[in-house]
Amino acid sequence: MEILSPEEIIDGFKTVLGDSFIDSKIYEREVAVKKNVFKTIWIYVKREAFRKAVDYICKLQECPHLAIISSSDLGDSVELIYHFTIYYGRHLGELSLGLRVNLPKNDLKIPTLTDIIPGALFTERETQEMMGVEVVGIPDKRRLFLPEDFPEGTYPWRTDETGPQDMLRVLPGREKK
Amino acid sequence: MTTEEVKTTYTIPVGPIHPALKEPIRLDLSVDGEEIVDVDITVGQVHRGIEWLGMNRNNPIQSIYLAERVCGICAVSHPFAFVQAVEHAVGITPTEHAEYIRVIIAEMERIHSHLLWAGVAAHEIGFDTVFYLAWRVREEIMDLMEYVTGNRNTKAMFQIGGVRRDITEDQFPRIRKALDYYKSIFNQLKTVFLDDRTIRMRTKNVGILKAEDALKLLTVGPTARASGVAKDIRQDQPYAAYADLDIKAITPDIVTGTVVGDVYDRIIVRLLEVKQSIEIIERCLDKMPPGAILTEPKIAKLLNTLTKAEGEGVGRHEAPRGEVIHYVRLESGRETLSTWKIRAPTYVNLMCVSTILKGGQIADVPIAFASIDPCMSCTNRAAIVDQKTNKKSILSGKELHELSVEKTRKLKG
Repeated sequence: MEILSPEEIIDGFKTVLGDSFIDSKIYEREVAVKKNVFKTIWIYVKREAFRKAVDYICKLQECPHLAIISSSDLGDSVELIYHFTIYYGRHLGELSLGLRVNLPKNDLKIPTLTDIIPGALFTERETQEMMGVEVVGIPDKRRLFLPEDFPEGTYPWRTDETGPQDMLRVLPGREKK
Repeated sequence: MTTEEVKTTYTIPVGPIHPALKEPIRLDLSVDGEEIVDVDITVGQVHRGIEWLGMNRNNPIQSIYLAERVCGICAVSHPFAFVQAVEHAVGITPTEHAEYIRVIIAEMERIHSHLLWAGVAAHEIGFDTVFYLAWRVREEIMDLMEYVTGNRNTKAMFQIGGVRRDITEDQFPRIRKALDYYKSIFNQLKTVFLDDRTIRMRTKNVGILKAEDALKLLTVGPTARASGVAKDIRQDQPYAAYADLDIKAITPDIVTGTVVGDVYDRIIVRLLEVKQSIEIIERCLDKMPPGAILTEPKIAKLLNTLTKAEGEGVGRHEAPRGEVIHYVRLESGRETLSTWKIRAPTYVNLMCVSTILKGGQIADVPIAFASIDPCMSCTNRAAIVDQKTNKKSILSGKELHELSVEKTRKLKG
């Protein structure tokens, strides 16, 4: 396995994705007394090129580690960040890679990764139930954490009208926010 | 008696409340005779919406203490990852002195957590003498944590920019005394856990997880390392004082020469990590640079900075059970976090449970499931449904535990 530097990885993404590559950022931080540096790469891509970007990550590292998908409600859109780590198992060698995708609220769909990373199932199920993002092609469509009697169409992490605001219990003597 | 053989698959729901599970979770085991053919997992029974509280109710400083309550056993791991995430988002650098204190506390946590697990694992196979031994030995580290932090658990040591309590040089002799105690009994513990005939019989070649499965299912922590995946954030992407210490991930081949990926290998990894933690604490005590414990001691001022800040950060920590990762996003002018995502190690480790249990026996479920050290709690019942006759019988947690104890007795002869 060839080890690329963060700059080379970003160039690689640019070549592979072309116009679908939107932005990138390298975050560096020195730690403790010896001032060793650890690095995080942030890659921002268009949704159409999402699977292509993941395929490229799989080329950089066989079996990349997908820690979690984080999702934020940005008003008109939902932003997903796939937190990958690559080049693990080497002292000071690991790189964190955050793959960012933006989905418009009227079309919340993202392809599944379970065919290449089977372990992505839990986090995809969670994103689906908590944020209302449809994961296309997910092998297990059930909810993960929410109970069966939780109302359909309410998503706990949303800040818009589909959020859980109506479900909140208002304590006596308090006003509803 | 009929000669006609009818093959029936039974489904045994274990949990949500069960002795082998330290936290509510439900396993639906499909069994063919004694052999497990399939496993389905249902989680969410204790989902408390902690992330939601951090995004809607608490300010980031209050959320440190909320993060501490994500888990009762890893009460250091979550605040550690969380404060790092906020520091990365805002651009605060903790003091060097505090970086060392953080590591000392985190390693104490690992010793106590692994010993706790060792006791639970021994109990699962019905070897209660070892269970009592492990938990008695664990008391020393609990006392030490109380001495250093003021509390046995839920220590509230972490703060954005450093720690809340100092470890001073006059405390070093007491810490070294506890470490020396563990060093003096380590060989005894090793003999008990690795050479005992009963433990070997019940754990060797049970609950095997191969390296390629561990990688595909994103397994982390000692469970992954026992399968030969040398992954450890303290080694791969060291943070805090770990960056100064050149830590090496522990895999079972150090002791046995080969990697099998069974329960026995998981015992080896955890046991050696206790020793590694002792060494890390000692080196931290030797090297600890002097200085302040906080970059910004005035909380109101810190809170002001956090409210104005804009950015995002990821904090990772190698908890006793594996990688903990927190993602936070801060918006300027907003008192709460705008996004907070927590990933605990058991979240991903649960996915390998199916692989671990498949092909095994019902009596091996408690030890095989406990071997991933799921972050979970206690006793109730399991119901057995005979799909063919639709007859339902309840197998109490006690009975399932007795099945496991019975197997140990049979093996011993």
